[in-house]
Amino acid sequence: MTVESVSLIGGAWGWVRRRDAGPVSIVVALLIIWTVFQSLNNVFLSPENLFSLSRQISYGGVVSLGLVLVLLIGEVDLSVGSVGGLAAAVLAVLVENHGWNPYLAIAVTLAMGAGLGCVQALIFTRFNVPSFVVTLGGLLLFYGLQLRVLGSTGTIRFPFGQTIAQIENKTLGSAVTYTALVIVIMVLVAAEFAGRTRYRREQLPATGVVTIAARLVLVTAALLATVWELNRAGGVPLAFVILLGLVTLGWLITSRTRYGLNIYAVGGNAEAARRAGIGVTATRISVFGVCGATAAFGGIMSGSYVGAASQTLGGDTLLLYAIAAAVIGGTSLFGGRGSTWAALLGWLVIGSIYNGMFLLNLETDIQFMIIGGVLIGAVIVDSATRRARAVHDR
Amino acid sequence: MTAVLSLASISKRYGAVQALDGVDFHVSTGEVVALVGDNGAGKSTLIKIMAGVAQPDSGLIEFENRPAVIHRPHDATRLGIATVYQDLALCDNLDVVSNLFLGREILRRGALRPLRIANRVQMSRRGRDLLRRLRVEIPDVRVPVAALSGGQRQAIAIARSLLGNPKVVLLDEPTAALGVTQTAQVLELIKELKSQGHGVVVISHNLSDVFDVADRISVLRMGRNAGEFVAESSTSAQIVAAITGVSGEHARNGRETGVRP
Repeated sequence: MTVESVSLIGGAWGWVRRRDAGPVSIVVALLIIWTVFQSLNNVFLSPENLFSLSRQISYGGVVSLGLVLVLLIGEVDLSVGSVGGLAAAVLAVLVENHGWNPYLAIAVTLAMGAGLGCVQALIFTRFNVPSFVVTLGGLLLFYGLQLRVLGSTGTIRFPFGQTIAQIENKTLGSAVTYTALVIVIMVLVAAEFAGRTRYRREQLPATGVVTIAARLVLVTAALLATVWELNRAGGVPLAFVILLGLVTLGWLITSRTRYGLNIYAVGGNAEAARRAGIGVTATRISVFGVCGATAAFGGIMSGSYVGAASQTLGGDTLLLYAIAAAVIGGTSLFGGRGSTWAALLGWLVIGSIYNGMFLLNLETDIQFMIIGGVLIGAVIVDSATRRARAVHDR
Repeated sequence: MTAVLSLASISKRYGAVQALDGVDFHVSTGEVVALVGDNGAGKSTLIKIMAGVAQPDSGLIEFENRPAVIHRPHDATRLGIATVYQDLALCDNLDVVSNLFLGREILRRGALRPLRIANRVQMSRRGRDLLRRLRVEIPDVRVPVAALSGGQRQAIAIARSLLGNPKVVLLDEPTAALGVTQTAQVLELIKELKSQGHGVVVISHNLSDVFDVADRISVLRMGRNAGEFVAESSTSAQIVAAITGVSGEHARNGRETGVRP
């Protein structure tokens, strides 16, 4: 091996050790899943199938994004599925039955989702009961509301080609996506080296050039491959761009801002956070507000995907998969560990499994069992990581 | 030496329990005072009153020779009294820098200011300088505190309390859970605090630790002052006698004050 490749591996390993090894192991798992399905059916990695996969995971990914934040503060929100279903129903009534402007209606619906999240958090912080129970109540309550809002018809269609349906059906062409890709990579390069310069100016240990280069090459390759493949199938779905954008925004907020640090602190040690003067209750309520809003948006996107708001929307597997994806993606159920990328990575795993099994004509029963097994595996890894840290602590 | 923080005739009652009964206590700049006593002697209550977590029923508190009112922890912090509790209150999932600046992060200035972005570079630099000044060995301030030893964690908790440049630092059982080497590290750190002019109050059950760092030893027994000793000229037998209240022993020490019949 050359000196460069040794230092490259060394840099990569250091990076893995310093951070959670989580994201890397999930990417490896994902590559294995893709290899298996591709070898069983060579349609799996075709541009057309990856195009459908990127659409299939988008609405669920948005729901999981808020859930990741909730898990980071050490709570759980079981109501996201029915908040999503209710949001799609309310949006459908406002736009299709009352003729509201779709953008205004979306804004109102998102605000409603945020409000529902905040109210649930107010209740569990005020009365000191587990979020698990309060949001279980919320799940039932909002599902009831969803049925009531939809009324006797039970289903309200989003006409194809109009604004709501466009969220999941619009694609961005190669001109837009490649331009965006170049800008994103330029920003990444600039940010990495600016950060390095700032650390070096204060004589602090800075990330090595090799590590930065490796990171940039990997991210560029992944983004380029994604954009290239999806453009071969006709463009990058808008919904997938929305998911990527929101996950990135969430990551910037949680990893860079004081608010993000507060979230991790509350999840790591709420008492320590309180003594340090952090508004623990305010943090909890705001995180549930964000989760309610993303749940509502995910529900709207789900309605856009199926072309209608219905009684079953958000009710069947959306909640279960949204929680499973957050955990499979590497968010700890014990709070304080994980990142918003878990929403994307977890859904890539789940989406790949059910998409791949669909291509193999495997029945739904097997799908559920496999995804259930993967979830249990992820929880075991989470718990083992936590224990390893506790032992290391001694 | 004049006292930076002094408490006179402090009494505190919890229901039927008289936790403190007319207790006097003081600490000066550059002085380490050990607060010792058996379980239930009132050490924790006295610390809580100084930290603003509990309020005395009666008594007088003076800070820098001016009467002070400490209603809330915030009041204590503002006066310049920092407290390190036994459980350290660290977030294991966060790195050293984030723990040091927990709740008072340095934010980016300029155009980024409204976004309230933490200035990790400034925090890392100031954190590193602070730890160096205290001679605390941490390989990298960006490792999670879960990866540190008990002594290092204690050092981080103490270092954090110094960020506001307090005049008095209250340490609740800083060596209780530590091994021999780590205890020695923390005791060195306490001496460093003293040499930098902080007044230090240490609660401890370990008399050899107490004799190692303390200038003065203040004994509480059943909520009352039970003797005050200059560490250099006393023996641990005298301290034990004062703690347990075995008569005759502590009466030999000429420096004791405040013992009630």
